[in-house]
Amino acid sequence: MADVPKPEELAKIDHTPPETPWMETPTVFKDGMWCYGAKPQNLEAVGMPNPREWSPKDEDWKLPDDWKEIVLDGMKDRLGRFRSFKLFMDICVRCGACADKCHYFIGSGDPKNMPVLRAELLRSVYRKNFTLGGKLFKKVAGARDLTMDVFKEWWYYFFQCSECRRCSVFCPYGIDTAEITMMGRELINLLGCNIDWIQAPVANCYRTGNHLGIQPHAYVSMIEFFCDEIEDVTGVRVNPTFNRKGAEILFITPSGDVFADPGTYTAMGYLMLFHYLESMGLDITWSTYASEGGNFGFFTSHEMAKRLNAKMYAEAKRLGVKWILGGECGHMWRVVHQYMDTFNGPPDFLEEPVSPITGTKFEHAKSTKMVHICEFTADLIRHNKLKLDPSRNDNLVVTYHDSCNPSRGMGFFEEPRYIIKNVCNNFYEMPSNTIREETFCCGSGAGLNAGENLELRMRGGFPRANAVKHVHEKHGVNMLACICAIDRAALPTLMDYWVPDVEVTGVHELVGNALILDGEKKRTTDLRGEPLPGMEDIEDEDL
Amino acid sequence: MSAQKSILYPLVAVLVLILIPVIGVKLGLSYFFAVVVPYAAFIIFFGGILCKVINWARSPVPFRITTTCGQEKSFDWVKHNKFDNPFTNGQVAVRMALEVLCFRSLFRNLKMELRDGPKLSYGSAKWLWLGALAFHWSFFIILLRHMRFFAQPVPGFVDMLQNVDGFFELGLPQLFVTDAVIVAALTYLFLRRVVVPQLRYISLPSDYFPLFLLFGLVLSGIGMRYFFRVDIVKVKELAMSLVTLKPTVPEGIGALFYVHLFMLSVLFAYFPFSKLTHMAGVFLSPTRNLANNSRYKRHVNPWDYPVKVHTYEEYEEEFREKMKEVGLPVEKE
Ligand code: HEM
Ligand code: SF4
Ligand code: SF4
Repeated sequence: MADVPKPEELAKIDHTPPETPWMETPTVFKDGMWCYGAKPQNLEAVGMPNPREWSPKDEDWKLPDDWKEIVLDGMKDRLGRFRSFKLFMDICVRCGACADKCHYFIGSGDPKNMPVLRAELLRSVYRKNFTLGGKLFKKVAGARDLTMDVFKEWWYYFFQCSECRRCSVFCPYGIDTAEITMMGRELINLLGCNIDWIQAPVANCYRTGNHLGIQPHAYVSMIEFFCDEIEDVTGVRVNPTFNRKGAEILFITPSGDVFADPGTYTAMGYLMLFHYLESMGLDITWSTYASEGGNFGFFTSHEMAKRLNAKMYAEAKRLGVKWILGGECGHMWRVVHQYMDTFNGPPDFLEEPVSPITGTKFEHAKSTKMVHICEFTADLIRHNKLKLDPSRNDNLVVTYHDSCNPSRGMGFFEEPRYIIKNVCNNFYEMPSNTIREETFCCGSGAGLNAGENLELRMRGGFPRANAVKHVHEKHGVNMLACICAIDRAALPTLMDYWVPDVEVTGVHELVGNALILDGEKKRTTDLRGEPLPGMEDIEDEDL
Repeated sequence: MSAQKSILYPLVAVLVLILIPVIGVKLGLSYFFAVVVPYAAFIIFFGGILCKVINWARSPVPFRITTTCGQEKSFDWVKHNKFDNPFTNGQVAVRMALEVLCFRSLFRNLKMELRDGPKLSYGSAKWLWLGALAFHWSFFIILLRHMRFFAQPVPGFVDMLQNVDGFFELGLPQLFVTDAVIVAALTYLFLRRVVVPQLRYISLPSDYFPLFLLFGLVLSGIGMRYFFRVDIVKVKELAMSLVTLKPTVPEGIGALFYVHLFMLSVLFAYFPFSKLTHMAGVFLSPTRNLANNSRYKRHVNPWDYPVKVHTYEEYEEEFREKMKEVGLPVEKE
C-alpha cells in the first residue's frame, strides 16, 4: 500500500489539464488510487465469469480471447435495455457544467475525473461501434477503438467514481454519470474484473446474508454484546428478538452497524428505541438471514443487486411480518427507494405501513412497504411519543452530512434534521453548496472504501472534509452526524486526515443518548462511555 | 486530437461549406441550392429526429431513477419541494418546463475555487446559464420571425414579435435585439470553449462545428439585413413556393442568400446525427422526467427476469447447528 502524502501536500491540486489531448494521454495506474482485483473464489461464489488469480497491475489481465466481442455485445445489450444509457451516450453537449462538480476531480485535478470525460471514456467507444459519424469520421468524431488500454482506463476511472450523482444535479439534461459508471462496471464484470472490495462483500452477502460474512450465531452474540453495553450505561436490559415469526415489523440495517465503531453505537440507539417502544406496542424482529441493508451488488450489476436484495422481501414473507423498517444507510436506501419494488416486488403479502405507536400511515411508502427509521422516529417525535433529554448531547456541536444516495436518489433532507434538532442543542449546517442535493460524497462510496486506495479516498473526501473544517473552525463543530453506514466507516478516517478533532456519529446514536428509558439509572456517560456534560467529576469518583 | 486541430478542422469545413453555394450558383445550380438541398435537409431533419426519438424510445426505462434535487413528499408537516422533486406527473411537467424553458439545472451552476488554507469555495457562476439561455431564446425568436417569409398574410404574432424585438428603433433597417444577442451569445459560447482550459480539453470538433455553422448562418443573415441587401420580395416568393410545394426560383437573389440557406440546410441535415439532438433528448431524460414516487407506486421493468438467489432454506441448511446453539428458531429440526 502506498503512503498517502500529508494533507498539506495533497491539497496542492492543479486543475489545469495536461498539454496532450486526453485520448493521447496514457492512463498510468497510480498506487493509492486503485483497488485490488476480485479473488477467484469470490467470483465463483456467485457464479460470475472468469475467476482467476490476477492483479490490476499485471500487464496480462487473463481475459478470454473474445473479450472485445463480449464487451461490445454487452454494450449493445445494455443500450437496448436502458434508455438512460443510450440517451446519455448521445446528448451530452460537453458544456462542462458538470466538470468541477465531482469530488474526485476537485480532489485530484485529474481531468478524466471530470464527469463529462469519465463518460467520454465510454462514449468514444460507443461512437466508434454504434454511430454512423463515429464509423465514418473516427477520431474527428471523437471515436476510438476498444483496446486493452482503453479497457484498463475504464477500469481505473469507473472505480474512481462513487456513483454519487452530484454531476447529474447540475447537468442541463440530467445526464447521470453514475448511471454510465454503472454500465461501465457491468461491462467490466462481464470479464470478471471487479474489485475485491466489492466482490468479497457480494460473495459474503450471498452466503451469510451480510457483507461482512457474519454467521447467524455471531450476529446474535454481537448484538447481545451491545445489550450488555446498553445495560452498563443505562441500567436497563433490552431484549431484541431474531428471526421471529409473527412479528409485526422486520428490521433491516446495514451490517456495518453491527460490526464496527462508530456504527455500533447507532445500532445501540436502535435497540434502545425499540425497547422504549415495546411497552407502547412495538412488535419488531431482527433477522440473521436478511442481516444486510446495504447492497454491494448494486456496485456490480443490476442483476447482482436484485439477487442480493431478494432476501428482504423473502424474509418478510417467511416471517409473516406486516412491513419492513430500514436502518440508516445510504446506497441501501437508493436501492430500497428506487429499485426494490421493481426488482423483487410487488410485496402483496405485506400491508401498508402504519406506525403502531402513532397510527401514522406512511402513505408515500404504501407500495414498497418499507419505511426509513428516520421517518419512523421523526414521526414519533412529532407526536411527542419520546421522552428526550437533549442536554445529554450538550458536549457535542453537531453538523449533518447528507449522504449522496438518500439525497439525490430520494430527497431525504428534513426528517434526519428534525430528529437531530430534537435530540441535540448545538447544531450547525455546513455551507449551503455542500449539503442537501449539493452534498459532497464521503469519497469512499460505491464500494471504494478499501485500504489500498486510501489516497483516492482522502482526495475524493477533500471537499466534504473541507466543509466540515469550515464549521469546525467557525462554530466549534466536533461531531459529524450522518445516516449512512459507509459514511460511518469512511468518515472517521477522513476526519482524522483532514479535520482531526471531529468525530462521526449516526443519528440514532444521538437519539439513544437523549432517550429517557423507563427505570434507567442516572446516566453518567454516553453510549461511547464518555462522560456526559457535567459528569466528568462523577466519572472520576467512580475510578 | 489537439485543441488546435479540433478548432481548425470544423472551421475549414464550414468555410468550404460557405464556398459551395457561392460557386454552385455561379455555375447555374441555383435550383439545386434553392430547392433540392433545402427539401433534402428538411426531410433528413424531420426523418432523422423521428428515427432518433423512436430509437431512444425503443429502449425501455427499467428503473425509476429520478435525480431528486429537493425534499421528497413524505409527511404533511414536512415541506415538499414539488418541482425539484416531483411526486405527481403534473409536478413533473412543471419540472420539465422549468428545465426546457429556463434551464433550471444550469442555473444551479457553481464555480469551484481552491485557495490556500486549503480552502474550497463554490461561487455562483451564472454566465453559462445566461449565455445558453440568450443563445437559445434568440435563436428561437429569430426562427419564429422568419415565419413572415412562409405565410401570407404574415401572422399577427410574428408582427408583434418583430415589433418587440425591434423596440430600440435604432438604425435603418431597425436593429433586432435578438440579432445582437445571438452574436454575443455565440461569441461567448465559443470563447469559453477556447479560453477555459478544462473546456478546451473536453471539446471535440463536433462541439465547434455547430458553433461555426451557426456563426455562418447568423452572420450571413445579419449581412443580408443590414449590409448587403438582397431582394426580400424574391426571397419571399421562393419561400412561399417551397412551402406550397410548387418550387420556382426567382432570378437574381443575391449569393449571400444562398450561403444563408445552405448553412441552414447543413445545420438541419447535421442535426439528427449530432449532439444537437439534445433538443429532443432532454424530454426523454429519465432522471428528469419521472416522478419520484417509486415507494408509492410500483414501477415495472419490462425486461425483468428471474435471478438465482440464495434461499432461506439453503441458508438454514448450512447454519442450522450454529443457529440452534444460540437459540435461533429454525424451520427444520
Ligand atoms: C428544447 C430545446 C432545447 C433545449 C432545452 C436546449 C438546451 C441546451 C442547454 C442547456 C445547453 C447547454 C449550454 C450551452 O452549452 O450553451 C445547450 C447547448 C447547445 N444547444 Fe441547445 N437546447 C435546445 C435546442 C437547441 C436547438 C434547436 C439548437 C439548434 C441550433 C441548439 C443548439 C445548441 C448548441 C450549438 C449548444 C452548444 C453550445 C456550446 O457549444 O457551448 N439547441 N442547449
Ligand atoms: S453537464 Fe451534462 S451536457 Fe454538460 S458536459 Fe456534463 S454531462 Fe455533458
Ligand atoms: S457520480 Fe459522483 S463520483 Fe461519479 S462522476 Fe458524477 S460527481 Fe463524480
